Formats: sequence, structure tokens, C-alpha cells
Amino acid sequence: MVKYIVKRILMLIPVLLGVSIIVFLIMRVFSPDPAPIVLGQHATVAAANQWREANGLNLPLYIQFFNFVKGALTGDLGTSYYTKTPVMSEIMARFPATIELAVAAILFASVFGILIGVISAVKKNSIFDNAGMFLALIGVSMPIFWLGILLIILFAGTWHLLPSGGRIDPLLQPMGGTGFYLLDTLASGDMEAFGDALRHLILPALALGMSSMAIITRMTRSSMLDTLNQDYIRTARAKGISEHKVVSHHALRNAMIPVTTVIGLQLGSLLGGAVLTETVFSWPGIGNYTVQCILKSDFPVVQGVVLLIACVFVLINLLVDIVYAFLDPRIKFSRKEG
Amino acid sequence: MKQKKAVRPQTEPSAQAVALLEKPESQFKEMWDSLRENKAAVLGLIIIAFLALVALIGPFLMPFDPDQSNMSQSFRWPDGTHWFGTDQLGRDIFSRIISGARISLTVGLSAVAISLVVGVVLGSIAGYRGGKTDTVIMRVMDMMLAIPSILLAIAFMAALGKGIDKAVIAIGLVSIPEYARIVRGCILSVKENDYVQAARVIGNRNSRIIFKHILPNVMSSIVVRATLGISTAVLDTAALGFLGLGVQPPAAEWGDMLGRARGFIFTAPYTLIFPGVAITVTVLAFNLLGDGLRDALDPKSRKN
Repeated sequence: MVKYIVKRILMLIPVLLGVSIIVFLIMRVFSPDPAPIVLGQHATVAAANQWREANGLNLPLYIQFFNFVKGALTGDLGTSYYTKTPVMSEIMARFPATIELAVAAILFASVFGILIGVISAVKKNSIFDNAGMFLALIGVSMPIFWLGILLIILFAGTWHLLPSGGRIDPLLQPMGGTGFYLLDTLASGDMEAFGDALRHLILPALALGMSSMAIITRMTRSSMLDTLNQDYIRTARAKGISEHKVVSHHALRNAMIPVTTVIGLQLGSLLGGAVLTETVFSWPGIGNYTVQCILKSDFPVVQGVVLLIACVFVLINLLVDIVYAFLDPRIKFSRKEG
Repeated sequence: MKQKKAVRPQTEPSAQAVALLEKPESQFKEMWDSLRENKAAVLGLIIIAFLALVALIGPFLMPFDPDQSNMSQSFRWPDGTHWFGTDQLGRDIFSRIISGARISLTVGLSAVAISLVVGVVLGSIAGYRGGKTDTVIMRVMDMMLAIPSILLAIAFMAALGKGIDKAVIAIGLVSIPEYARIVRGCILSVKENDYVQAARVIGNRNSRIIFKHILPNVMSSIVVRATLGISTAVLDTAALGFLGLGVQPPAAEWGDMLGRARGFIFTAPYTLIFPGVAITVTVLAFNLLGDGLRDALDPKSRKN
């Protein structure tokens, strides 16, 4: 087991190196020269050249790449072209917001996805099942950003129940702390701020979690149906165990194995969806920031963010594989290849 | 269930599989027969046919020029003249939605075509060759998969610049790994089969073995994936448009329309309703068809 995990972690190194090459190629080789964008169109050739020199863009590409990788290994991702602040601190200032949103979204998606999926399977072909499956189908077909817009129109514009964007009322913003507003406000005992942060979180989490919820619902339903058709379930029923107990004790546990994997993989894909959700809700997280930096050709930031997201993404996938192996003893590590 | 499975050429290479190979369309006939019984899939197919028709004869259906702005008519709520209202520049939203059908379908289909062709070629080579070639190709695919696809597409667009053709390339590129993986997996599972070995023994060239003997047998999985892939591509196109990275103005792309109307969310919410409905219906149709095809091909999921 330990050997398997170590092997998998070692295999991440070439993948991440490859990711940095891909990102570097896109941002430095295929992209237009950032100098006129950063300095403005009226910058002189000399000024542009001087700026490129100062930012190391006149060096040969392989040296630029080498410097980037060397920096990344020591936690230095360069500095933003615009703010001149280290990319690492820019990212760290925004990462908690994105994690808070993604965790809220996956919680919503898992709880409702499993609930609807289990009921749909148990009451197969009932009205509830059909409605649940229809909802799931709509959930995967709707663009995240449009769902976000609809939620804003309804809950903020029409019913005035929830705020349309942002993370917290600026007057209530917690100082210092972890950057996770729900935790920070709770720790300081400021319930008003906690409530406000929670109200701001609801709509973005709903929008971001909807497609994951749909996928988890479908997975839970089909896995549950498979399990309910197994012989051991028939045996349990034949023994006279109540249907409720058969479902909750015997079937659910086994049916959850593939669902766990899907939830883990969804957590990874939520990081991509966060780019769109954060833009719609002006959520001050890493996705919103990345889009703005891409539009401004702020290469160091984009490289750093994409590399970081890729790291998180592959680590989550690795964790999912390990958890899956724990849950399902039938999987043999030795036979499994990366 | 097992008996049903036995007729599938993928799992049981036999005289039957060889017979199927001589007449590859019979596999699709089987798929079609099963598909016709699936009401949801038929509905998806009808919607797709309708969208295709709208995309084809769109210009004849539009009551107004979709790109012509008319500031005196801006922000008109839906009424008898402008069924879906007008946008911030006074353009008829109904006409723009119709015009957008062509863009969405074109981008969706072309992007899938790119990822399909490149993915199938790479996956075939990796699966068939094995060894170092396989390792190199699949590790590169892993690297691409390690970046969330929408983020990768955004980065490509930032590098390539705006435009439909560039959106097609960006969206097509990011989906290559999925197809490569599926095709490689399928090829690994059929390449040791007797009929492939036989084809090799009688001296066929590798490319001929792949195209004539292996690919027809993995075609069904690819068709399912490609159908579902179109819905992803339509969603990605809309997402790029929404972020302002898609088409060049004034082209009417549904996601772009949503992105530009965002500032009027409280004053003119109707400008944000119809483009979203159009995207959702299109994606839904391809999802319905894709799910139907998968069920038609997989007796196990048909059971559920």
C-alpha cells in the first residue's frame, strides 16, 4: 500500500513538469507579446524593450522556462506584471475563498445527490424517480453561469432574499484569520458576520454544485439499483429484515463505493467550474482572478494559478484512488497501473 | 444478460464478429433499432433535427437582421414585434437566437471533429503500438487532463485571440485526451483477439488492421462519446463567449449574448433568459441522444 502511494506520488512529478511545459508554451510561446498590453498601446519601442528586459522576457525561452521551474520548486512563482506583488501571495490571498466555495458546493451536491439518488432507486419508476432524473438531466445540461444568472434574477432581483454577489458585507469583513470567512467569523463569535457570509455563499454554491449534484444523483441511483439486484440483498430480504434496514444497512454501504469516487472527481472538476461561478457572482476567489489575469496577459499569475490548480487536481485524483482502494478491498494495488 | 452480451462483437470475437466486419453497418442498425424504442433519445434526435434545420434555413426565419443595431429600439420587452425583446443595442433577440444556432452547432460539431480525429489517431497508435510510444502519448494526455478543461480552453483563447475558428481549435484541443483514452482502452481490449491476430498473420499493414479491423469494433463507444462530447463543446463555447473570449462582435453567439447582457440583469432580465434556454435545450438534446445511444449499446444500462 505504502509502496503504491509512493509510486503514484513519484509519477506526479513528470505530470506536473509536463503541465508547466504546456502552460509555459501557451502563455509564453503562442501568446502575443505582453509588453504593449501591459504598458498600453502608446508605449515606445524602447520602453517596451526595457520592460521586457526587466521581466526577463528577452532571455532565451529555455532559460525562462528553467527559471520558472526553479522558482516554482522553491515556492516562488514570480511577480505580477501589474501589481508587482509575488504571485504566491496573490494566490494565497484568494485561495481560501475558492476552497470555501468548492467545499460548500460539493457538500450541497453530495447530500442532495445521494438523497435523491437513493430515493429514486428505491422508488424506481415512481413520480419522484422521474422528477429526480429529469432534474438531474437539466442539471448537467444547464450552463453554470446561466444557472447563476437565473438564481440572481430570482433570489436577489425579484425576491430580495439573498445578495447577488461578493463574499461578505465589507463592514463585517473579518480581519486576519484563516481567510475562510465562515471559520473566522465563527471563531471570533461574530454571528452577524457569520450569517452574512453564509448568505453570500448560498447562491454561488448552488450554482457551482448543481451539475455535480446531477452527476452524483445519477451515479447513486444506478449504483443503488445494481446493488439492490444482488443476491445478498435478496437473502437479507428473505431473512425478513425490514426494507428500510435492507436499504440503509445492507445496500447503501456497498452502493456508495463508486459514488465516493465520483464525488472526489467532481471536487476536482469544481475547480474548473469555479472560474465561471466566481465571475458571475464577483466572488473574490482564484477563478475570477485568473480570468482577469488571462485577459490582461499577466503571464506569471496565470502560470502560477494553472500550475497550482493542476497540483490540487492531481492530488485530489490520487486521494480518490487511494480512498477507493481502501473502500473496495477487491482492488489489488500491484495490478493497477497509473 | 450474459447471452445478450455474447452477440456484441467487442466482447466475443467469433465468426459472428468477422461477419459483422464485412457489413459494419449492421452494428449501427442494431443500435438504431434499440434507439427507436427510447422515447427520450428520439426526443433528443427530434430537437437536434429541428436545431439543424434552424441553423440551415435560419436567415429565412429571422424577422430582423440579427447584427443590425438600432439604439431607438433598445431594451424593448418581448411583444408581438420582438418576440424575445431587444437587447442593449436594439437588436432583435429572437433573430439573434436563430443566428446563434448556426454558430453553436458549427463550433460544437467542428470541435468534436478535431478532438475525435486527433484523439482516435493518438489513441490507436498508443494502444496498438504499446511500449514507449504508448507511455509517451498517454503521459502527455495525462498532463492535459491535469488542467481543468475550461481553464485550458481559456488559456488557449487568450493565446490565439478571439474568433469562432479559434474557439473551435481551443475546445477541440482540450477534449483530445478523452477520446485518446477511450480508443486506446478499446484497442487494448480487442487487439489480442483472434481475428486481429489473423489479419496480422496474413500480412496486413498496421494501418489497415487498425482502420479495417479494429476501429469498426470500437466505433460504437466513440459515437456515444462524441455525441455527449458535442454537448460539452456547446457548453464550453458558451462559457468562452460568456467570458468575452469567444466570437468577434457583432456575431450572435448565445454565451456571448449572456455575457454582454449581464450588466442589465435587474433592468432587463429577459435579455438573459432566452440565450440560456437555447443553450440548455441544445445541450439537453445531445445529452438525451448520447444517453440513449449508450443504453442502446450497453445491455447492462438498458436494464436500469
